[in-house]
Amino acid sequence: MSEFTLKVRRFQPESGDPPYWQQYDVELDETLSVLDGLLQVRDREDGTLVVRCSCRAAICGSCGVKINGESALACKTKLRDADEFANRRNGGGQPIVVEPMGNMPVVKDLVTDMEATHWTKIRRVTPWLLPEGDPPEREYVVPPESMIDVTQSMACIQCGACVSACLSMEADPDFIGPAALAKAYRFVGDPRDDQHAERLNDLAQDPHGIYDCTHCFGCIDACPKGVAPMDQIMRLRRLAADEHGIDDVNNGRRHEAAFTKIIERKGTLDESLLLQESYAAGVKGKLMPTPGAIKGLIGSLPTALRGLRTGKMRSLAKLIPGVHHKLPGDSQKDVKRIYAHAEDHREQLNLYIKGEEAEQEAPEEAVEPEPDEEGDR
Amino acid sequence: MKVAYWPGCVSRGFTPELHGSMALVAERLGIELVELDRANCCGAGVIAEHNQELVDTLNARTFALAQKTGLSMMNICSTCQGAQSECQERLDADTAYRAHINEALSAEGLAYERGISNKNFLWLLVEDYGLDQLANQVKSPLEGLRVGPFYGCYIVRPKHRLGYDERPERDLYLEQVIEALGGEVVEYAGARKCCGFPIVTMNRETSLRQAGTHVGDALDADADCLVTPCPLCHLNLDMQQPEAAKIVGRDLGLAVLHLPQLVGLALGFTPKELGMGKHIASTEWVEERLSAVPAG
Repeated sequence: MSEFTLKVRRFQPESGDPPYWQQYDVELDETLSVLDGLLQVRDREDGTLVVRCSCRAAICGSCGVKINGESALACKTKLRDADEFANRRNGGGQPIVVEPMGNMPVVKDLVTDMEATHWTKIRRVTPWLLPEGDPPEREYVVPPESMIDVTQSMACIQCGACVSACLSMEADPDFIGPAALAKAYRFVGDPRDDQHAERLNDLAQDPHGIYDCTHCFGCIDACPKGVAPMDQIMRLRRLAADEHGIDDVNNGRRHEAAFTKIIERKGTLDESLLLQESYAAGVKGKLMPTPGAIKGLIGSLPTALRGLRTGKMRSLAKLIPGVHHKLPGDSQKDVKRIYAHAEDHREQLNLYIKGEEAEQEAPEEAVEPEPDEEGDR
Repeated sequence: MKVAYWPGCVSRGFTPELHGSMALVAERLGIELVELDRANCCGAGVIAEHNQELVDTLNARTFALAQKTGLSMMNICSTCQGAQSECQERLDADTAYRAHINEALSAEGLAYERGISNKNFLWLLVEDYGLDQLANQVKSPLEGLRVGPFYGCYIVRPKHRLGYDERPERDLYLEQVIEALGGEVVEYAGARKCCGFPIVTMNRETSLRQAGTHVGDALDADADCLVTPCPLCHLNLDMQQPEAAKIVGRDLGLAVLHLPQLVGLALGFTPKELGMGKHIASTEWVEERLSAVPAG
């Protein structure tokens, strides 16, 4: 048995008082979970402490909280690990800090309102199958391999930990967010669904859609089930921009296309050219920039002028798109050859499905499909 | 110490002061930099959106070029670290996939062999150079300078991919370096959050709100400056700081140093030598702060 101190953020709306911190000491085996600690507090010391839980085994997704600032399931976080993390910088004596999840309103103590953000956003992506025509007389028949790609997003247990950890949502509460977008991929990747293009267009054109994700990886670390919502968002972007050619108003496709093209031509990034092409590809030629693109270009002018003044941009030439050097020797040709090879194959390796090889020649193991089709509670 | 050095694109583009200060600091520390001048962009997460195989091959090429030198690889950009680690994870995980990628490199006489060591300057400084040795090199301790660490997402998450299982303190290294240089660590909310840069051309408001919020939080915690191992974070935190100030509706004005610049100040280089005059947010306060403390 070991002793641990839990510092819990408390809040009772009916009291009219602001949130406050309360510390509790618990004595438990170090391999037990933070949830076990909270339940011991509730059972033995303070029956008013409110925490939501059910299965205690990382299946139901009810006990999402922040532990030492990191979003996680309380039942899946060991007391020992949480204690070590809390004390790794300050050398001991620090409590394990437990707070309600972020990016959603608090109902009471550690219980958040899942409806206000999480479920509202999930419904935003039309989370059900939209097949073509009338349903078949019996079940839909699809080849099993065509569903493997979406097993990762199906593993979601709707705990909201990724929503809590999302740094884009912290800055933009309207962001559709990691859980809902991972759910969207679950249908965009489903061969039975007939609305792929419509779904992608909707999520690409929405200013709070797929192009509002800032690549912070917070959702990947927070997810207790390895769903990697950010990876699903990047798959949505790939499908929207490259497979369906959706020219979104957020400059998402333009930015990606311009970046990719510049590296093919120059090997390293020509930032001035990227800026111009991201906002207004073809300003010199075919396409006319959208009003949004013109606004974006004008918006970036003060920054460019400031950079020129301090010498950050080195010279006026550096600011002119396209004067950037190429790689030396034959290297640019080598890069172009890589492009030709890779654009031909476009192979994708998903380690969630494939797994990592232990050593050089590990035998391929069969994929264990997620038993629960939807994974929803 | 000798490393195969990948400076990245931005350190030779919009943040030339990073490339310059790294060269000065490496020489003073006795780290020989063998620059991979034929290597290409890491893709910064953007090419990965377009075509995963393409970005894996591009980075396999960089790794193979580094392996040809027989040296470990060092980068000076959190984003390069994260983007390259992502490709390395896939390349190292699957023999058949690696062989397929190497086909595309064979015409250039290159092949990537599993298991390259690729470390950001921050990791190299702590894990290989050593904090004690660094502290021994300090000529002008950063006494009284209150420094807020800003890591950049790509070097702190996802933990498994970035080697945190073996090195769980990697997201404390900036604090350790600041202290080894004699500075004071500022605790504030934004240290491991996102600068917002990846979406600055797509959702400027969400992007700059993040940058502005973190700079503001650091100011509220009485920081004299921030330090970052990521030039892309620097673009949003420093270059865009006046614009970010407008979005969050408050005055900002906080110096943001590149990691080699902070090390360089403690090694005795002048702010001018370290290119700090090129920054958008003035670094004068840092100079004043350091000169205000009597030596000894």
